[in-house]
Order: sequence, then C-alpha cells, then structure tokens
Amino acid sequence: MTNTRRRHLAAWLCAASLFCAPAFAQQRSITVASTTSTMDSGLFEHLLPLFKARTGVDVRVLSQGTGQALDTGRRGDADVVFVHAREAEEKFVAEGFGLRRRPVMYNDFVLIGPKADPAGVAGGKDIAAALNALVGKQAPFVSRGDRSGTHQAELALWRAAGVDLTAARGAWYREIGQGMGAALNTAGAMGAYVLADRGTWLSFRNKGDLAILVEGDRRMFNQYGVMLVNPARHAHVRQADGQAFIDWLTSPDGQAAIAAYKVGGQQLFFPNATDPGA
Amino acid sequence: MHDTIPNPASILPLRVERLCFADAQARLLEDVSFAIPRGGLTIVLGANGAGKSLLMRLCQGLLAPTSGAVAWNAQPEGFSRHAMVFQKPVMLRRSARGNVLHALAASGVARAGRAGRADAALQRFGLADLSERPARLLSGGEQQRLAIARAVAAGPEILFLDEPTSHLDPGATLQVEQMLGGLKRDGVTLVMTTHDMGQARRLADRVLFMHKGRLIEDAAAHTFFEGPAAAEARAFLAGDLLW
Amino acid sequence: MLWQCARAGGRRAHTAHGSGEQVDSLALALGLIVSLDPGFLAVVGLSLRVTATAVLIAALIGLPLGALLALKRFPGRSMVIVVVNAMMGLPPVVVGLLVFLALSRAGPLGALGLLFTPTAMIAAQTVLALPIVIAITRQIVEDLWGEYREHLLSLGLKGVRAVPTLLWDGRFSLTTGLLAAFGRASAEVGAVLIVGGNIAGSTRTMTTTIALETSKGDLPLALGLGLVLIGLTLLINAAAYGASRVGARHAV
Repeated sequence: MTNTRRRHLAAWLCAASLFCAPAFAQQRSITVASTTSTMDSGLFEHLLPLFKARTGVDVRVLSQGTGQALDTGRRGDADVVFVHAREAEEKFVAEGFGLRRRPVMYNDFVLIGPKADPAGVAGGKDIAAALNALVGKQAPFVSRGDRSGTHQAELALWRAAGVDLTAARGAWYREIGQGMGAALNTAGAMGAYVLADRGTWLSFRNKGDLAILVEGDRRMFNQYGVMLVNPARHAHVRQADGQAFIDWLTSPDGQAAIAAYKVGGQQLFFPNATDPGA
Repeated sequence: MHDTIPNPASILPLRVERLCFADAQARLLEDVSFAIPRGGLTIVLGANGAGKSLLMRLCQGLLAPTSGAVAWNAQPEGFSRHAMVFQKPVMLRRSARGNVLHALAASGVARAGRAGRADAALQRFGLADLSERPARLLSGGEQQRLAIARAVAAGPEILFLDEPTSHLDPGATLQVEQMLGGLKRDGVTLVMTTHDMGQARRLADRVLFMHKGRLIEDAAAHTFFEGPAAAEARAFLAGDLLW
Repeated sequence: MLWQCARAGGRRAHTAHGSGEQVDSLALALGLIVSLDPGFLAVVGLSLRVTATAVLIAALIGLPLGALLALKRFPGRSMVIVVVNAMMGLPPVVVGLLVFLALSRAGPLGALGLLFTPTAMIAAQTVLALPIVIAITRQIVEDLWGEYREHLLSLGLKGVRAVPTLLWDGRFSLTTGLLAAFGRASAEVGAVLIVGGNIAGSTRTMTTTIALETSKGDLPLALGLGLVLIGLTLLINAAAYGASRVGARHAV
C-alpha cells in the first residue's frame, strides 16, 4: 500500500525465496530399500561411490528393517530390495512383488553382553547352549522386536536352541521395536544381552561395558539377497538402472568391492553370489 | 443560511424517517425523523443515554435500524462520501501518514492520488511534522486531529462526529473546534454529538435535542439557546447552567 | 564419507567418559560450523529449506483461513475452532503416516512419485505447521477486530475486505506465531523420517541425522548436531525478534 509497505513485502519475499529458490534437482537415480545393518556398518558408503563412478547412477538408500524394506518394495516405493531374511525374500518373489532373488554376501551375528557376564556364556561357540543359559539365569535380553532380518534370525536361533519363547518369555525378555543401534544402546544401558550383526557392532561407537561373548557358530551366519521390484506390478520401477545395480553387486567387480570393505582391519561381509545354495 | 437547493449528484439532503432501534432488552430509539441539508454544523444534544451515539452509528450505516430509514438524496456508493469520527479514535498500528493512506485506499481513492491527498490532509491539520510517527504514540489531541484528517482526506460531503472532544483538555478541544470551523467553511456538512453546553453554543448552527431515545426539539441554535420549547430541554439547560 | 573430521572427533570422544562427552560435543559443534564441511552444510541447508518452504506455504494458506475463521460466522464454527486447536497437538508420526500413505505408489497420490523426496517432507511439515498458523492467526485477528471493528466498518471494510488490514496490523504478533510453526516443523523428526526416508544426500535433515547418529551410538556427534540445531533456532528467533523490535518502533 505505502512505499514502506511495499519495501517490507519485497524484503520478506527475498528472504523467503533465499530458502526456497534452489530447486531440488533430480538426477539419474534409483531407490534401494535396505537394512540398517548395511547402512549403519558403513558398507553402502563404501560401495555406492564405486557404482556411481562406473554407471553415473545415484543410489538413494532407505535403511529400514527387513520387513519394512520388503513392504516398501511391495508398495512400489523402491526399485530394488536388498535385505537378509531368505524365507521372507522367497515369499516376496513368489507373490510376484519381486523378480529373481540373487544371493550377494553373508555376514554373521554375534551375541553381545556385559563384560561381567552374569549368565556365564563368554567364550562359547554354541549359540544354543548360550541362549539356554540366558533363560536359566533369567538374564536380561534385548530383542529388536521389529520384524527385521536380525529379529527373524534371533527367533530362528531361539527355535534352534529348543526354547519356546511364548512360554519362557518374562520380564527378562525386552522387545524394543527399534533398530540395531537403539538395541545396542538399550542393552548397554541395562547391562543386557543382545544379538547383533558384526558389522553394526564393529562400527558402533557407544560400546561402553559391552563385549562379544559368543561368535563363530555356523547357525549365526546371515545371508543377504537382492531383487528387483517387479516392473509388471509397478510400471514406474527403474528397471534398467536397478538391474544394473544388481548385476554389479553380483559381478566379480562388485563382489571384490564387498570383500575389500573392512572396519578396524576386520572384513565384515563375505561375498558368495556364486554359491547356488545361499 | 443552509444551501437548500439539492445538487443532483449530492448525497444530501439526508432524510432520517421514523427511525426506531431496539435491542433485546429495550427500545433505544423511538420514531426519530429529521433532515440534514447541505452545509452547516448540527449539534445533537442530550444527556447520557439519550441515544445520540446510536443515532450517529445508524446514520453512518454501522447499524441497521429496527424500522424506519436513513435515506440519502443519492445512494452513496461505498463509504467515501460520508465519514465518521469516534469518541475514542481507533489508531491503526501504523504511522500517522499510514493511517490516512489506509483510509484513502479503503475509500477507493486511486493509488496515484493517495500520497498527495494524505500529505495535504496532514499539512492542513498541523500534523505534517508528526506524519511518520506511530499513530498510537501520539497524544490524545493529536490522535483526534489525525482521526478527523483521516476521515475527511477522501473528501466526504458529510462528517458525523460522536463526542470528539470529550476526552481532550481545553487546548486540544480548541484545536479540534478550529478544525471543524475550517471544514464548515469549506462546505463540509457536520453533524456532531456533545454534552458540553459551551461547545454547543460556540459551534452549533442548529440543535437536535434528544431525550430518552426521542427527538424532542429541532431548532436553529439561537432560538434553542434563547429559550427551548420543550420542558426537558429547559431542564437540561438549567441543569447545565448550575454546573 | 561425510564429515570426516567430525567422525574422527567422535572416535576421540568414545575413549573419553562422563562430562568429557559434553565438552567434546561442544568442540564438535564448533568444528562443524567453523569447517563449513559441505556435507554438514547440505544437511543444514536442506533442513532450513524444507522447513522454510513448509512454513511459507502454511502461512499463505493459514493466514487468510485463520483471519476468515475469526471474522465469519457460520454454523459449526466453534467445532472448526476446536478441531484446529486440537490439530496443533497432532502427533507428528501420525501426520507422517498419513502423508506416507497418501504419497506411496500404492496410495492416491502415488503417481506423483513424491515419496522419499524433500517435497514429501515439505508436505508433512506443512500439515504440522498449518494448524498452528490458523489457530494463532484466528486468535490475533479476532482480538484486533474487536479493537478495530467500528473504524473499519465506518470505512466500509468488513468480512474479507477487512482481512488485509488486520493481517498487516497484526504482523508482529503473527510473526511470533509463524516462529512457533517454524519451531514445531524444524524440531520434528518422526514425520520427516517416515516420508523422507533419511536418504543420505537427498532427504537427510538435521533431526534425522541426529536420530541416525544416536542409533549408531555416536552420541557426541548426535549431541554436537543437536547443539548446532539449537544454535540455529536461537539465531532465527533472535533475528526475527530484532526485526520486529525495529519494525515496532515505526508502528506500535
């Protein structure tokens, strides 16, 4: 209305446009729904620049639990799903949500617990015996409880140990419904035991009084698979670039890159794309 | 004394016909009729609660009458040709000049003409030095002068004033009265309520005396003050003289 | 990859205990600011851009709507006011979930392909900010209308025609309301995590980074980022307060 008023308005709009003006540029990219373990361990930060340098494709990674990542794929909100729960993956493909599942690599789970080790399981290699000892001592145990691959692996290990969780469950068994990092933070704070993937454990910064107590049991190996979301179901899926990512991961080049990733001198993921049974 | 030849383009004379106004509790205005021709200053006189302020608001169109009519000679479009000044002026949170500009914009004055008219109005009423001051920081007298400048900036034919000086000290009151004299000389028709007898004597060309929601007496000012016809008016004058 | 120096700092902090953590966080926060690390700046820039855009949109919609709600009388008005006031307390995760369901490929707006983009985060934050803007605007405009009513009516300004005057004259109080909306939107993590996906370099904001670093157990870095966020919030509020002080001197 007045000159002053127009000047004020202009100043306001300038200030506002400062924030809003730069457009959110979109380049050639695919969205991969994956798990917290691959993200939190730093593997993707190692792999993605290599893939981008080779193909120019930007990979946007959603780090979710395995169950949630598969749901994201089912809804068509991702192009590629890269998770670790073989049964669930095969069901996903069988239902027509994904194309062929390809094995990529494995890592292993470790049983983490307080250094004081009230259940006395330290140094063992037999995860079934260790879990039974926890039940016997009613030692506090933190479960992810979030349908993630790690959660499903944990449940499978209880079954392998012959423990009926529905019967044995008590105040000692604490489901937190959160990611691996949160579970480790919680276990550290409560002096509890927890099952974790080695990668997340190694790169976790808040170890406090926690330590690896049980490792090396073959039943604790953890297989990762990758699959393209079915373009027949979701037409917008970026099939060519998605398939290129899968092909690269399972190629000798990609497999070598996975093997080369180390934290504190330790290899975290072991490529096995050529193993037909994986 | 009054210019009685109606100008076809003019909204005056204003005819108030059998005006009644009632709220949920009571009838506050009862069968009031009068006409305001062009020119002159009419004082609406009466005790508190006589219905003076209500009458001003009905004339300005802020309230709708229960029955009766406020009829203009030519129906004014918008609110640019009749304006109102209140007992306690509402100052917008802007500069003095911003207040005048706002009123000009609201009255439909073209953008190009606003600045010149605003500055002229401020200059005329001695507010030029205060034009960039926040209106709400002005003194009571300055605020009321600004309210009048703001009301007449768009050039209305008639201005209603509701007790414009009741909150002001004698000096500020005098300044406002001088402003009103100037407006009258320029041909702006003025209708004003007051309970200040001295002010009524100084300013009035004509007096409308109201009592308990009725118009009791409508007379030329010198006739009224020499000896009102109505008993209520005589009592009012007598009470005022004691005071 | 991101913030190499910050991470090195984090490792140092890991060896320290107790109050050393807070001291290291402060040093980290300062280091992040001073080093002007591009990764860090991208996260801060995205946070500010998303929230500023959301608040701008909420203001463009909410200011006129709030003003009309203050001035118009219609059946069900009280109910609308109660609903808007209640929406100010809407849990962000619920907002996130609703926006997620709407924007998902399987949802009604899926064809737009907006899920896991900054636009989706703007949408969620706009929904969070809008009730605050509407509710505060309604209160301020209603109070101002009570004061201005007769004068504006005498100028023939009523209903929609009175809105520009009331919004302009309420601008300093309204700025406070917009800051409240900005605060709610920028401090929020649940909704943007759900609809943005916390994708590195694309939808990672300050709050989702804090959540991520906490889950990685890098508490000093998380706390350092938190300090930066608090500092930014303080700075924005101080700037707005200063501006309104200067403005208020010209129009009380």
